[in-house]
Amino acid sequence: MDLLNMTAVSLGAAIKNKEVTVREATEAVLARIEEKEKEYHCYVTVDKEGALKQADEVQKKIDAGELTGPLAGVPVAIKDNMCTEGLLTTCSSKILGNFIPTFSSEAVLNLQKAGAVILGKTNMDEFAMGSTTETSAFGVTKNPWNPEHVPGGSSGGSAAAVAAQECFYALGSDTGGSIRQPTSFCGVVGLKPTYGTVSRYGLIAYGSSLDQIGPLCKDVTDCATIMEIIASHDLKDSTSVERKDLDFTSALIDDVKGMRIGIPKDYFGEGLDPEVKKAVLAAAETLKEKGAIVEEFDLSLVEYAIPTYYTIAAAEASSNLERFDGIKYGYRTEDYEGLHNMYKKTRSEGFGAEVKRRIMLGSFVLSSGYYDAYYLKALRVKALIKKAFDEAFAKYDVILGPVAPTTAPKLGESLSDPIKMYLGDIYTISINLAGLPGLSMPCGVDEKGLPIGLQLIGDCFNEKKLIQTAYAYEQARGAFGRKEDK
Amino acid sequence: MGKQYETVIGLEVHVELATKTKIFCGCSTAFGGEPNTHTCPVCTGMPGSLPVLNKQVLEYAVAVGLATNCTITQYCKFDRKNYFYPDNPQNYQISQLYLPICRNGKVEIETEAGKKFVGIHEIHMEEDAGKLIHDEWEDCSLVDYNRSGVPLIEIVSEPDMRSAEEVIAYLEKLRMTIQYLGASDCKLQEGSMRADVNLSVREVGAEQFGTRTEMKNLNSFKAIARAIEGERERQIDLLESGEKVIQETRRWDDNQGESYAMRSKEDAQDYRYFPDPDLVPIVLDDEFLEEIRRRQPEFREEKMVRYKEEFDIPEYDIEIITGSKHMADIFEATVALGSQPKKVSNWLMVETLRLLKENNMDSEDIRFSPENLAKLIKMTDAKEINSSVAKEVFEVMFDQDVDPEKYVEEKGLKTVNDEGALRKTVEEVIAANPKSVEDYHNGKEKAIGFLVGQTMKAMKGKADPGMVNQLLKELL
Repeated sequence: MDLLNMTAVSLGAAIKNKEVTVREATEAVLARIEEKEKEYHCYVTVDKEGALKQADEVQKKIDAGELTGPLAGVPVAIKDNMCTEGLLTTCSSKILGNFIPTFSSEAVLNLQKAGAVILGKTNMDEFAMGSTTETSAFGVTKNPWNPEHVPGGSSGGSAAAVAAQECFYALGSDTGGSIRQPTSFCGVVGLKPTYGTVSRYGLIAYGSSLDQIGPLCKDVTDCATIMEIIASHDLKDSTSVERKDLDFTSALIDDVKGMRIGIPKDYFGEGLDPEVKKAVLAAAETLKEKGAIVEEFDLSLVEYAIPTYYTIAAAEASSNLERFDGIKYGYRTEDYEGLHNMYKKTRSEGFGAEVKRRIMLGSFVLSSGYYDAYYLKALRVKALIKKAFDEAFAKYDVILGPVAPTTAPKLGESLSDPIKMYLGDIYTISINLAGLPGLSMPCGVDEKGLPIGLQLIGDCFNEKKLIQTAYAYEQARGAFGRKEDK
Repeated sequence: MGKQYETVIGLEVHVELATKTKIFCGCSTAFGGEPNTHTCPVCTGMPGSLPVLNKQVLEYAVAVGLATNCTITQYCKFDRKNYFYPDNPQNYQISQLYLPICRNGKVEIETEAGKKFVGIHEIHMEEDAGKLIHDEWEDCSLVDYNRSGVPLIEIVSEPDMRSAEEVIAYLEKLRMTIQYLGASDCKLQEGSMRADVNLSVREVGAEQFGTRTEMKNLNSFKAIARAIEGERERQIDLLESGEKVIQETRRWDDNQGESYAMRSKEDAQDYRYFPDPDLVPIVLDDEFLEEIRRRQPEFREEKMVRYKEEFDIPEYDIEIITGSKHMADIFEATVALGSQPKKVSNWLMVETLRLLKENNMDSEDIRFSPENLAKLIKMTDAKEINSSVAKEVFEVMFDQDVDPEKYVEEKGLKTVNDEGALRKTVEEVIAANPKSVEDYHNGKEKAIGFLVGQTMKAMKGKADPGMVNQLLKELL
């Protein structure tokens, strides 16, 4: 049995059927991590000892019949911006380089209740700010498809770990595309759920009104299964929504007959790589052949999404990151004179360049005299973008487009030109602004051998339509993965 | 003749709400406690923690708003006020700027100058900060987050007050209203009510306001009155000598009787307020408001009118008793237990006020129960104890809320009504004091007083003085 090549659900079934033990699966993936980490660097922290201990505990509960869920015993990787009790949680920042939380995030607790074995914490762009995982204070993660390329970001460590078989699935967070874009670059499946579906309690906030936790995994079945586990109504998160339609696996149906799929023309204009365009349109054609009704439409307002997003996200971030001040936890500068000098030096030394850029941008747009012109205006545009999607969803069940304009760029190419990097988020950020669910899955490979991502966007609370469409497409597309893993 | 100046005053009053738990987490708001024991990830600003609004805070804020004739903002939000200081664990305070819960209210005050309304600009909800303690020995600062997240409302008045008397009347009015609502105990000394005074002066008749200053650190009504006088004079002196008043925040030192500048307007921070994305907007429907309105208590003015109609007690007593919700509650409950209103009022007005004053206590600190007071009155009425014993028992009751029946029984303080025993003692006293007896027979009426005292002493205070008097006259 090729353990590492299994999906999370198939491994869970094998564990349940006693074909493999939790310890065997955990040891196998830890050996893989040991072997590949030097090359890809997906993790900030690997908790080998803790993982083996959890493996034995989970096995006992499975044997005792206390854990019967589909993912009991399956090892998982957690993005390093989700608090894990007793386990280093850094947000890939020097300022939290020594931070050990006293509690676990709700999504992690939900996984643990379902018998997950936590392998460690994955690398990310510092405080989830970036699209390449290169802004991490703890080294860059490399794309397992080609280590000269970035894995995307900010959940680059999670996406790369899934692609490199250094875990069976992972959790990430998505504020402007941070799950969808790296899964696209790494050829795996990711879902950003409807805002409010997965509790944000314990997720170290970047842009609170946009952040959502979601799965990064090998296929659509895993995606739906993980979603059923992590989604919950959490009273500790005021923005958490009570939903009665969390039976995501019920949507794993190979049927898109009559499904109305809209293709926004605005998503296929200037800046889109021709190979990406071709692959995405081919995916639409496949769905059409399976009986979906596919048509083009004008979404409008797409060009306003980037300035709107960077205004709102940076504003919230500038405030969210104020608590990192060297007083209570985390990094504190060594030499200082007085309080303000301590704040200044701690934060200057503790934060990286991209984080500082967004804190400054955010502080600026909230400043008295600029608040109305920037922040309030951005909120108004956000409302208009939501309205444009509402109109689209009056006509379509699913909107289909690319995840990113290109496949994964080379290491070092993006950071030199932040504006260009920001433009790379153009197809993903509107979805966060509108609070919608968005699913990313591979739909081909370009000439360089890098995966291309397809994005399916649904109306609020309509993950099931995305899952159904994605599942049907996956059946038609067939297996996808790196050649060396097959 | 010099110029005549008018003082213009507006107040910002912070009131700590009497909720059991904090505004955004389940931690206790209890005063005291070892440092950082009433804390959790939320009120210490740990990464990943999120605030959840305590509904009781909302109910209290709305109740205060309705009682002060405010318009309730039925779609309101919390905003973040961003500033760096170690007592503020997130480095932003969750407060309200754009859509405060209450707006455009007014309360009526009465001073010697007559009645007038003071406008309320707004009332908003916010969280308190922690407390910094400087450790002189170690030369470092320590922070205690027990107070962090304790709910506050800030009541911002219009600049409608013109004198210290009006300010005190306004504060008394607020305090009384809020105490009646049970929303806070409003103790200035303990900081559960804090007032900042915004003051400016202008020539009488001027239309424009003068430049104002904000005065902080005012811990009593007396300090507030002194600070107002002091600041008025300081500003007038500046203007008279051709200088300008600078818009600044000043700290009042009540011991020195003067203030000093803390920070000027130029140093004013940009708080970069924006709606807190972690908290959803609050939508208050009409039913919610109606429910709060329905639960509003009988306020002081209404109580005073009713007392006048229902109870035969002096107006002055009514004023004192209704001046404290707690005292009024005790009064009504004791009367409800069957005691005569006049007698209950007497106990409150005389002995209770005396003991409160002696012990430097507030009416809110009264501990004895209406049941015990009613029992005491009943025993006195039945002449089971005489009035001096009753006072003695009351003192113990005031201190420990003892059951007077049990206490009198245990201590053997019951009045001796056995005439035989009393007659015997009186005879003994007469025999032992021939001089006084002689004085009495020679027309010195006062001598009988001495003999009564001697008898009471011999009876250890347990005799009915009236009966002793009568027996003495008879036997002499």
